[in-house]
Amino acid sequence: MSEIPWNVIAMQLFFGIALGCIFVLLSSGMSIIYGLLDVVNFAHGTFAMLGAYAVFVVVSLSDSFFVGIVSAVVIVGIIGMVIEFLLLKPLYGKDPLLPLLLTFGLSVAIPDFMKIVFGLIGKPISFPDALSGAITLGPLTLPGYRLFIIIFTLVVMISLWLFLKKSDLGMIIRASTRDSQMVQTLGINVSRIWTVGFGMGVGLAALAGAIAAPMMSATPDMGVDMTMTAFVVTVVGGLGSLGGAIVGGLFIGLVVAFTSYVASAYSSVAMYFCMAVILLVRPRGLFGEQGRE
Amino acid sequence: MKRYSESISGKGVSMLRLEDVNTYYGYSHILQGVSLEVKEGEIVVLLGRNGVGKTTTMKTIMGLQPPKAGRVFFMEDNIAGLPPHKISRKGISLIPEDRRIIPNLTVLENLKLGSLVHSKADERDALLKMAFDYFPRLKERVKHLGGNLSGGEQQMLTIARALMGRPKLMLIDEPSEGLAPKIVHEIMEIIKQLQKDGRTILLVEQHMEIAMRLSSNQRAYIMEKGRIRMGGSLDELSCQMDEVVRCLGVKI
Ligand SMILES: Nc1ncnc2c1ncn2[C@@H]1O[C@H](COP(=O)(O)OP(=O)(O)OP(=O)(O)O)[C@@H](O)[C@H]1O
Ligand SMILES: [Mg+2]
Repeated sequence: MSEIPWNVIAMQLFFGIALGCIFVLLSSGMSIIYGLLDVVNFAHGTFAMLGAYAVFVVVSLSDSFFVGIVSAVVIVGIIGMVIEFLLLKPLYGKDPLLPLLLTFGLSVAIPDFMKIVFGLIGKPISFPDALSGAITLGPLTLPGYRLFIIIFTLVVMISLWLFLKKSDLGMIIRASTRDSQMVQTLGINVSRIWTVGFGMGVGLAALAGAIAAPMMSATPDMGVDMTMTAFVVTVVGGLGSLGGAIVGGLFIGLVVAFTSYVASAYSSVAMYFCMAVILLVRPRGLFGEQGRE
Repeated sequence: MKRYSESISGKGVSMLRLEDVNTYYGYSHILQGVSLEVKEGEIVVLLGRNGVGKTTTMKTIMGLQPPKAGRVFFMEDNIAGLPPHKISRKGISLIPEDRRIIPNLTVLENLKLGSLVHSKADERDALLKMAFDYFPRLKERVKHLGGNLSGGEQQMLTIARALMGRPKLMLIDEPSEGLAPKIVHEIMEIIKQLQKDGRTILLVEQHMEIAMRLSSNQRAYIMEKGRIRMGGSLDELSCQMDEVVRCLGVKI
């Protein structure tokens, strides 16, 4: 094998981080939902798909990609809260398998519904004009949109962190993740926190779907892969841990980027291989907490 | 079965009254007709040995394990069946036996969590000051994570967190459990002080000797197998020593 030039490596690194950022957004949502509600959201990628379609619809109406992103989060977040309130709530405290079955059902039913409404063929979403160019950084030519993804994710994750650390609601969410019954005993209506948390979690999924959309166009079945990726990242990083979602997301992004460069057919195999190795070496994932209540 | 609630209750306004409360875990019938009363301003001790249903009584009052039958009156409202957060907002706070400090929150955050729905933001500094007056040691630990505190400090934090909600009635479940004698003494002194400051308390204990430290004419109930067996002041109960010994085992 011939020597790989360093700027190719640097480019793959850059692509890997940009891809990883999408995974970070996706999996941090999954992690919040699991941590707070103990629900493994099988429909997580489905909500990302809804986010991509929301961008498609809003962009075709308003012609602004940024309005599209914001509306995607709001629309999907509200859909998520309604689903949690109407469908998931009655299942808590019963067989823990039931929420899993419900979200699995949603992951089948919602894409079918989207096929009826929007058709089988994917909807292309063009790059926003301001970001379609490239930025030259020394010998490297970095696609502007991917740079945007990285900066955007950084901003979102820092805001999320500040929200969880500094706000009252964030504090309640952190506390409820550990001991929701005690939080309720202190006078807080935890049931409402669960609704908000589910909305936030799928809102983050929608964000991932929305910013991924210009690179892959919105298709009804795009959620399947995204759910699987979110699973892999969450398992690698550790269930219910936000730090794990960040490290796991970037790690899997890099793995996929480098294997697709070397042997593109094996990129998802590599992802599952990493998951298997980490599970063997460290079953609770890189950042998983032990004995969470 | 005899009912003691009428015969032994002193004067004063009723704050909490359980009438013929029956609570189940699944099919197991744990509380089998519990009746008791706590009046405004008093400490009432609930005695009984392992597994008789003391904690279940507390959970029933708090709404964590709602009763299948019977009534729970708090200041003349029947609160049986309300969810815990509504019961908390009415002015009852639970200091659970396993303490339930939120381990990933700091001491300050744990305290704040206790006051969130019970006070406005500008009232919290005064509440914090009040909590630190009772527990100066917590003040030195404000930045520490709840999970890193010692057992005694966690017990103090649980009581302080409850106080942050300005409760009318405090349900304190076995505060002495697993603590060194010196700390137990400290905690019992604080509980006495809380009563002096006008708070009403229902206290669960396994050891009559520890309950006696509060005051010998302390009102108490003795529980056995999900029922209230005896009730009266500790002095009165001491007169029926044989029966007490039978109910509490060796723990006197
Ligand atoms: N979650 C539960 N599910 C089923 N049974 C339970 C549960 N919690 C307690 N029990 C049973 O209910 C009975 C009363 O328990 P409870 O905790 O109220 O006793 P206690 O008087 O507080 O005992 P201790 O002094 O050990 O704290 C016990 O027999 C116990 O085994
Ligand atoms: Mg108990």
